[in-house]
Amino acid sequence: MSQYAIRTEHLSRAFGALRAVEDLTLEVPAGILFGFLGPNGAGKTTTIRLLLGLLPPTAGTAFVLGYDVRTQANAIRARCGALLEHAGLYERLSAADNLEFFGRVARLPRDERQARIRQLLTDLGLWERRGEPVVTWSRGMKQKLAIARALLHRPDLLFLDEPTAGLDAVSAAALREDLVRLARQEGITIFLTTHNLSEAERLCQQVAVIREGRLLAVGSPEALRRQRRAPVHLVTSGLTPAVLEGLRATFGVEVIQSGEADGHWAVNLGPQQSVAPLVAYLVQHGVAVEEVRREHVSLEEVFLSLVQENEHAE
Amino acid sequence: MLNDVYTMIWKEWRELFTSRAVGRGTLLSTLIILGILGVFLPLQVGAEWFTQPLTLMVWAWMPIFLTLGMVTDSFAGERERHTLETLLATRLPDAAILLGKVLAAVLYGWGVAVLSLLLAALTLNLSLGGGPRFYTPPFFATALGFSLLSTGLFAGLGVLASLRAATARQAYQRLSLILLVFYFLPFGVQFLPADWRLTILGALMRLDLTSVMAGVMGALLVFNLAVLSLCFRRFQRARLLLD
Ligand SMILES: Nc1ncnc2c1ncn2[C@@H]1O[C@H](COP(=O)(O)OP(=O)(O)O)[C@@H](O)[C@H]1O
Ligand SMILES: [Mg+2]
Repeated sequence: MSQYAIRTEHLSRAFGALRAVEDLTLEVPAGILFGFLGPNGAGKTTTIRLLLGLLPPTAGTAFVLGYDVRTQANAIRARCGALLEHAGLYERLSAADNLEFFGRVARLPRDERQARIRQLLTDLGLWERRGEPVVTWSRGMKQKLAIARALLHRPDLLFLDEPTAGLDAVSAAALREDLVRLARQEGITIFLTTHNLSEAERLCQQVAVIREGRLLAVGSPEALRRQRRAPVHLVTSGLTPAVLEGLRATFGVEVIQSGEADGHWAVNLGPQQSVAPLVAYLVQHGVAVEEVRREHVSLEEVFLSLVQENEHAE
Repeated sequence: MLNDVYTMIWKEWRELFTSRAVGRGTLLSTLIILGILGVFLPLQVGAEWFTQPLTLMVWAWMPIFLTLGMVTDSFAGERERHTLETLLATRLPDAAILLGKVLAAVLYGWGVAVLSLLLAALTLNLSLGGGPRFYTPPFFATALGFSLLSTGLFAGLGVLASLRAATARQAYQRLSLILLVFYFLPFGVQFLPADWRLTILGALMRLDLTSVMAGVMGALLVFNLAVLSLCFRRFQRARLLLD
């Protein structure tokens, strides 16, 4: 297998005039938890369908685990697990029967199948209730079972389409915990879509942001956050208008008095600028720097500004 | 491939027979059909049951009713209950999914038909006494073939109606329409020109029962193959999701 679990080139899918996925070029390294972020209707589910060969692309290509989605979809589906928009469980059947069916589908030999089912259900705390029809279960339990189903045949790549959507905060947290643990245990690549930014920030080594089918940004949550200009807050005394002017001229930054109190300033640094030279400059010019605090930018803010910037561009 | 077909059948039957929601209904209707075809009707007809092909032909396709719910539910039901996409995302080949769905219904319906033929023989032997009686081999073979082909045809039509229907209910309505056409087909004869009608009637009169049956079976076989190939044509993973 190559170093990329997923590689797409100008992948596009239109439904009539609507461009659900547009010119998507993306590489997902093998072995990581990759977050695919976007607001509702951004094209996340459509992308997963394209990658699983459930929908043909209207343009472009994609390779999943090295297989072409256009011509080798069967090989892809055999090596991937999926928890799609819906849990996809047969609710009239018991949990054990559900896994038994998908284990047979994957052609796991009987003994291995049974051991695996037992291991997964035990691991997720569902073993005792395996005989109950799934219809009687809570949504959180169903999602766990669906994850067990997706992992049953030890796939190389797991697709999860908004796995925690519709769960209460506690079940969502529990599911996330299980996910991370299982991902590590099984050493697989996970492609996870979500519109929950803090979820992505907590789980994913890399994220991509899409909106209206277009890729807006890709990178580690860290890197994306660094791209944003986070204001630096300074508390100083002795900052004269002349020094202030010098500061603006030397560093080309925006410095504004922050409302908190006298001597409080907010400095908007550029993406690559660091604070240290700025502080040195102030000290050199006889300003006493009492406090330097860099504001924390959450992925959510990055996301919102990306999405909004894009809106203005149109 | 056969393995995958079997897996699909296993799942379908599991839902049909063992699930709490449906299982009891399935068993009950199976027992009712078995009671009618295997006990009640043979007792009414008596010894002629073994020799009167028409009686048998009239009833042999009754188990089809058992499968109508199953075949109309096949794809539309999975779509309605949001399991279809997950099924399509597995490694199962298209043909295995489709054949599994059709065969699960055919084997069930036909199985009940065969069982009721055997049960009828048992009932009659018990009630009539005397030496053992059974269908003549050609007669038995015809009955088996006829019920297999008719169950197959309707299972195929049901699955076809179900492939693109949004709900099982909608699929059922579509199938009902198709059945209605079948039902009224014979009435279409009166719209044929008078001399055509006479020719057809004359030809039919000259035929013996064996030729009629052979013709019917041949036609059924052709219809079966046609419907099945239509199913295959309409079964495409991408098209199944678009609805
Ligand atoms: N089968 C389809 N037919 C027509 N439009 C579709 C279809 N599937 C998705 N879309 C449209 O494509 C866009 C992207 O949808 P989707 O991929 O489901 O977004 P997301 O999963 O990010 O919420 C939406 O505008 C949606 O309405
Ligand atoms: Mg979606």
